[in-house]
Amino acid sequence: MLPLHTRAVISGDLSRPLLKVLDLAEALRGDVPHEQVAVQLDDGIDVDTGVLRDLGFAAVMRPGATDIRPDDALPVICGLSNTDVVNPGDVIRVRHDSGQLSVLYRRGANANSLFLTEQCNSRCLMCSQPPRDEDDLWRVSELLELIPLIDRDLPQLGFTGGEPTLLGPLLPELIRACKAALPRTGLHILTNGRNFAEPVLADSVHEAAGCTTWAIPLYADVPSRHDHVVQAAGAFDATVNGIYNLAERGHAIEIRFVVHAQTLPRMQRFAEFIWRNMPFVSHVAFMGLEPMGFAKVNRDLLWVDPVDYGPALAEAAWHLQDRGITTSIYNVPLCVLPEAAWPLARQSISDWKNIYDPACEGCSMRPRCCGFFASHGPAWRSRGIKAFRFDEAAE
Amino acid sequence: MPFRFARIPGVDGKVLVTSEVGEFEFLDETDFRAFEAGTLSPATDAYADLQGKHFLVEGDPSTTLRMVAAKYRTRKSFLKGGPALHVFVVTLRCDHSCRYCQVSRQTADQARFDMSTETVAAAIDLMFQTPSPSLTVEFQGGEPLLAFPRIRQIVEAIEERNRVKGRAITFSMTSTLHQADGEVLEFLRRHDFQLSTSLDGPETLHDANRPQPGRESHRRTVEGIGRVRAVLGERSLSALTTLTRESLKHPEAIVDEYVRLGFPSIFLRPLSPFGFAAKAAQRIGYGMEEFLPFYERALAYILELNRKGVAIQEAYTGFLLSHILTPFPTGYVDLRSPTGAGLGARVYNYDGGVYASDEGRMLAEMGDHSLRLGTVHDSHADLMQSEGMQLLLATGVAEALPGCSDCAFLPYCGADPVFNLAREGDPVGHRPTNAHCTKHTGLFRILFRYLAEADPHVMRTFTSWVTQRPVQRLPDAEAA
Ligand code: SF4
Ligand code: SF4
Repeated sequence: MLPLHTRAVISGDLSRPLLKVLDLAEALRGDVPHEQVAVQLDDGIDVDTGVLRDLGFAAVMRPGATDIRPDDALPVICGLSNTDVVNPGDVIRVRHDSGQLSVLYRRGANANSLFLTEQCNSRCLMCSQPPRDEDDLWRVSELLELIPLIDRDLPQLGFTGGEPTLLGPLLPELIRACKAALPRTGLHILTNGRNFAEPVLADSVHEAAGCTTWAIPLYADVPSRHDHVVQAAGAFDATVNGIYNLAERGHAIEIRFVVHAQTLPRMQRFAEFIWRNMPFVSHVAFMGLEPMGFAKVNRDLLWVDPVDYGPALAEAAWHLQDRGITTSIYNVPLCVLPEAAWPLARQSISDWKNIYDPACEGCSMRPRCCGFFASHGPAWRSRGIKAFRFDEAAE
Repeated sequence: MPFRFARIPGVDGKVLVTSEVGEFEFLDETDFRAFEAGTLSPATDAYADLQGKHFLVEGDPSTTLRMVAAKYRTRKSFLKGGPALHVFVVTLRCDHSCRYCQVSRQTADQARFDMSTETVAAAIDLMFQTPSPSLTVEFQGGEPLLAFPRIRQIVEAIEERNRVKGRAITFSMTSTLHQADGEVLEFLRRHDFQLSTSLDGPETLHDANRPQPGRESHRRTVEGIGRVRAVLGERSLSALTTLTRESLKHPEAIVDEYVRLGFPSIFLRPLSPFGFAAKAAQRIGYGMEEFLPFYERALAYILELNRKGVAIQEAYTGFLLSHILTPFPTGYVDLRSPTGAGLGARVYNYDGGVYASDEGRMLAEMGDHSLRLGTVHDSHADLMQSEGMQLLLATGVAEALPGCSDCAFLPYCGADPVFNLAREGDPVGHRPTNAHCTKHTGLFRILFRYLAEADPHVMRTFTSWVTQRPVQRLPDAEAA
């Protein structure tokens, strides 16, 4: 798992903190305006940085080098504590004062997401990214700068938060920016959908129809249960109306259901509820708990050993899949799922998951298994973890 | 919210409740009493179950009503485009003289029982006046293939017209297939026909039901099936069973014959009270009380076959289960409310008469012209406002019929004013003695008994029938 941050030594004055890192050949192709490019010069490549300056490039990047050369004519980023963090194609933010270097977009990652805001109008019991009520509108301006630097052949880009609809008119603006800069990229936007109960807001994202999937959590077939899980009265009704408003305007909807002690009792009923009331959704995702944030605090309220809910999960997931609604299971290791559910189990969607337990040593299912979250610890360990020997799995 | 309820024989201690939009729930007798009295505790599972299915609603009902409205719209969405099934009775001629035949048969050489060129042109015009984006053109007779040149003419004219109209058109035909030879089959293949033939079961039964000089109907039908499959492919052909009094003794043998011939589906149809069938009723007919035990045995046998891995389904059960287990309507026009007659289907008779349904034209053959909407020279609007349509609309909405309006099976059932007219001389019908109702009450009781038992194998089979896809993996006892 590759971290997103590292430290670097930065010399000279960078006119802007956001830079696209490109190797020399790609930099010279001119797809990205030179003033936004840091040209990566690996050891042994000797280039007159004066020429690069004259071509208008913003900086030079020498990840492994420890020193600035006296003849460097451009700002230089070097001495990375972890040289693997940045690679050509990535977009980075460099903080001059602290020397912190963050990767905002990573070329070739299996998932790239934009973090829109830390604010949220729900307080889900298992939130892995607890919201903060801080004014973080600066993020949007940074994202508007970032979006044009993302590779145009990126198949999918996620929006996460926080709750992106709290950005008001800035959300449609971000969507427009993506459509303009990345016309072939599908957007996958996480939202609790509540604000889309207002038809005006649903109207305002009309440009997203056709290129966006709205991923909306719904945790029950009845309001009381859902409202309790998200700790917000009236949330269920608002979300349902939001889903209908979006669907009526031609948007694709993905429903997300996190399995834990508070949602499990209605899981089967929830599946039938989706089939009866929202058979139009394009995807239903059942997900295991991510042991982070509020989930850690509320562990005792939430914990069910996945090995105990496996059969019920298989049944609920197949209930939808058999009815023609594409259904997936995320974040539940294969050894705790009944084999019947394996065809629906997906490997994890982000790079920071997919770590494995010591017990996984030698497991033949590892290439297909989602493994665990990095934050997984003994309190979250299923008693069902058990490596498959090769011959077992081959059956 | 409004609900209806029923107690199902064989399902003890439980009450079936159904909602206007087709959700259902089995409640314990005590929970049911409390629910009905308004005293069911919000802390119970039953309360949440009923709330999740919108039988009860807390506080502001607007979100629930929005979902209910969406479900209602979806369920009744067959109303949107107007008639989508257009039946062309190209000839009354037939070379069979079936004991239960529903239309007047004529010898094979009387050309005056064929549809005229002029009628053809006007009927096609009329069909394109209906707004439905997808149309099914069905050829019937008599034996339609005896008028094959007419069929060819109609198909070509429709395809020509459709180049501008751009509707999704499916051609289908009901035929004995005896006349289906090389040139005919090639034509049917080119135009992607869906064919349906009559197969009453094993040879002795089929030939007894369908007399023909030489008593070789079964053999010739089976040969026809082979020829059709060879040219048009396996999926292009289905078969219908007509059940006589004799058939009722042999449910397993009839099903086996379908399996033997490789059909994925069998359609078990009781005799209908139309055409000659009504006259021959004493000899070959029977009441629904006799049909239901037959159906129950046949369905049990079919489910047993499926359990053993033989995929065969009963088509009518498939429609009923789709009504019960899915939020969607089916394309089936004969069990709807409002009735499919005239609203979902329309029949162009060989003589230029336009009828609300195939049975409507049979009634006319028997002297009752009330479902003749007009002629092919009328406009679509005229036909839809005709007296016949007004009669159907006044009597074809089950929600408003005495008996049906309180029936727990209403959301899955349909109104059949044409049938009632034929049987009782009155399109409303008298529910307690009504054969349509006896049949459907019986069928729904059998199916809901299965649903209450919820045997995993049966549920898996049922699910595959309503989704029309092989159920890859329904969890079952082994998985748990
Ligand atoms: S032992 Fe590890 S790798 Fe194997 S299935 Fe279980 S969690 Fe996955
Ligand atoms: S016909 Fe009978 S079974 Fe059908 S809705 Fe009416 S009363 Fe119920």
